[in-house]
Amino acid sequence: MKNSSPDRSVRSVVPLVQADVVGLLGFLAMVIVAMSFASDRFLTTGTFVSVAFQLPELGLFTLAMLMPLISGGFNLAVTFTANIAGLAMAWVLHSQGGADAGAGAIVLGTCAALATGAAAGWIMGAIIARTGASPILVSLSMMIFLRGLGEFLTHGGDISGFPPFVLKLGNGLMLGVPVPLWIFAGCAALWHVVMTRSRLGFATRMIGSNSEATRYSGIDTRRAVTRIYMLSGLMCGVAGVVMLASFNSVRVGHGEAFLLIAVLACFLGRVDPFGGFGRVVPVVIALVILQVIASGLNLLGANQHLATALWGVFLLAVMFLRWAWARGYFQSLVRRRATATGGVTQ
Amino acid sequence: MPDLRKWGIGSIEALLILVIAAMVVGLGATTSTFLTLPNLFDLLNQSAVNIIFAAGLLVVLIAGGIDISFAVGASVVQYLSALTVMRLGGGDWALGFLVAAGFGCLLGAINATIIYHFRIVSIVVTIATFNVFFGGLMFLTGGVSIYDLPDWWMNRVSLVSFKTSSGVAELALPVAVMAVMVVATWFLLRRTTIGRQLYAMGDNPEAARRVGVNMGAMHYVAFGWLGMMAGIAGLMQAHYVQEVVPNALYGRELDVLAAVVLGGARLGGGRGTILGAILGVLLTAITANGLNLLGISPYAFKMIIGAIILIAITLSSDGLAKLVGSRFTLPRAKVSS
Repeated sequence: MKNSSPDRSVRSVVPLVQADVVGLLGFLAMVIVAMSFASDRFLTTGTFVSVAFQLPELGLFTLAMLMPLISGGFNLAVTFTANIAGLAMAWVLHSQGGADAGAGAIVLGTCAALATGAAAGWIMGAIIARTGASPILVSLSMMIFLRGLGEFLTHGGDISGFPPFVLKLGNGLMLGVPVPLWIFAGCAALWHVVMTRSRLGFATRMIGSNSEATRYSGIDTRRAVTRIYMLSGLMCGVAGVVMLASFNSVRVGHGEAFLLIAVLACFLGRVDPFGGFGRVVPVVIALVILQVIASGLNLLGANQHLATALWGVFLLAVMFLRWAWARGYFQSLVRRRATATGGVTQ
Repeated sequence: MPDLRKWGIGSIEALLILVIAAMVVGLGATTSTFLTLPNLFDLLNQSAVNIIFAAGLLVVLIAGGIDISFAVGASVVQYLSALTVMRLGGGDWALGFLVAAGFGCLLGAINATIIYHFRIVSIVVTIATFNVFFGGLMFLTGGVSIYDLPDWWMNRVSLVSFKTSSGVAELALPVAVMAVMVVATWFLLRRTTIGRQLYAMGDNPEAARRVGVNMGAMHYVAFGWLGMMAGIAGLMQAHYVQEVVPNALYGRELDVLAAVVLGGARLGGGRGTILGAILGVLLTAITANGLNLLGISPYAFKMIIGAIILIAITLSSDGLAKLVGSRFTLPRAKVSS
């Protein structure tokens, strides 16, 4: 009966759960067809293997960005939090014997990375929740701080020399599927459960809709905001471990370009830019679309700077489409669909 | 949350002045080179470009927006200006300023158009335009620098120059331009109706709209002003380093943003003063200069600036500040589930 909402605002399209997923899947199919026309080398298993290996990093950053965005905030520090988490893991591995480090050291290092990421996120969340300062500002200064810290610790260099098992973690296969993809799938499933089944997920959406009203209705918004950013940081920690494993090295600044694409994936996946609405499933499909496009651009030999500019244009194009949608340029279409599904459920 | 609003604008500036004074005294006592005219004048010369940027960014922040594309936008303006004046057979300072300000305004207007007409959050728009400007510039130029700028652009102009025991102290042209731009921005914000309207829009957009503030025009004024400042700052930066390097200003936006916020401007709008912005830039510049003179690793500099801002936010943030954009959300009927 959810569809019988009397709310006639444009956002009443949100209950059309299936429609947006189907739309995104259709877009994905379109992208794949377009790419295979553009390059005859596209429709090969090699392409899809590379997509499968590259998706997890981008995906983990997107998940890290998702919860703050739904809560009406922003986390600009995702990439550098991941770098610092990777550094923490590298430090533990090196102090336990470098390339000869055992399984215990790897577990310990992973825990250190996750703890570092979560700690960075917790500090951000606590500052945002306690002072009411703009999340953009807090995460920005956190980003400046973490980048400075990383550059101070590494002096801009690479850190490598990890045990072979770490390399396997980043580049190995399990049941024919890359290990990082398993990690990403697990994290995405976890995020889906958190967003749909937990109190925190509900609070996140409510805070994004109206923070004050949420507070007055008895939800501890301070604690919720702190936890949102802590979870975001935790996810950055996972991304840091995966990046360390797949590149077999840590460098501060690595993955910086993912920030834009992660934001893009969230908005393409129908997260409301003003907060309050957004689900994990469409965002994951949007991610696959973007990764296919990225691999396609790579295959077509597009210049790296051209690709940067194209991502920017693409982000603007997605926002234009959303605006056109909200203004009702597709309204007749929506109304027809809305009445159709409404009739079915009733 | 205690009401920190009474902790007004003036006190942030007073605090900054105190901190700067303490740093100057401390650095003067611990290093022999800090309190010399050549060093102080150099500090001013190097901060001039950032202060021009800061004056522009302040206007956008007061109006309730944010822009991170202005620094790479300035690089685009540098390149376009260099190509234009060379096409026009050399030109002079008047043409240079006109062209740089014009291209700057144009880039600002692009941002304003997208933000206002398509109702997209300014951080998202400027992240996108940042990448479009930078990626486009690097792609189209191939990363090639321009060294053969016209003579008027390249030749050093010194305003004040005299010899001291520790070297030649010199104030360069950017400082004078900076002074003019700062006064112009102060005039815009404090002595014109437009300035009042900008503050009103930043403080409460809905109230400002109902009072009759032309929101579209204000967006164009704010982002156009920042674009113009960025263009002129780009002109000055190219003059100071005597070349146009496409990625020279990459990353500068964060330094400037951090400094302006340190100076009391609030993300979300409605608050900020030009004096605070200048003091913020000077504070970061003196910190960098001092750390350098004390022989501390330059790698530590960004970390320290980041930490200072985080602490400053924690100590002095306005408890009533809302999440950016949260006041734009429409009331929605909640569906019981």
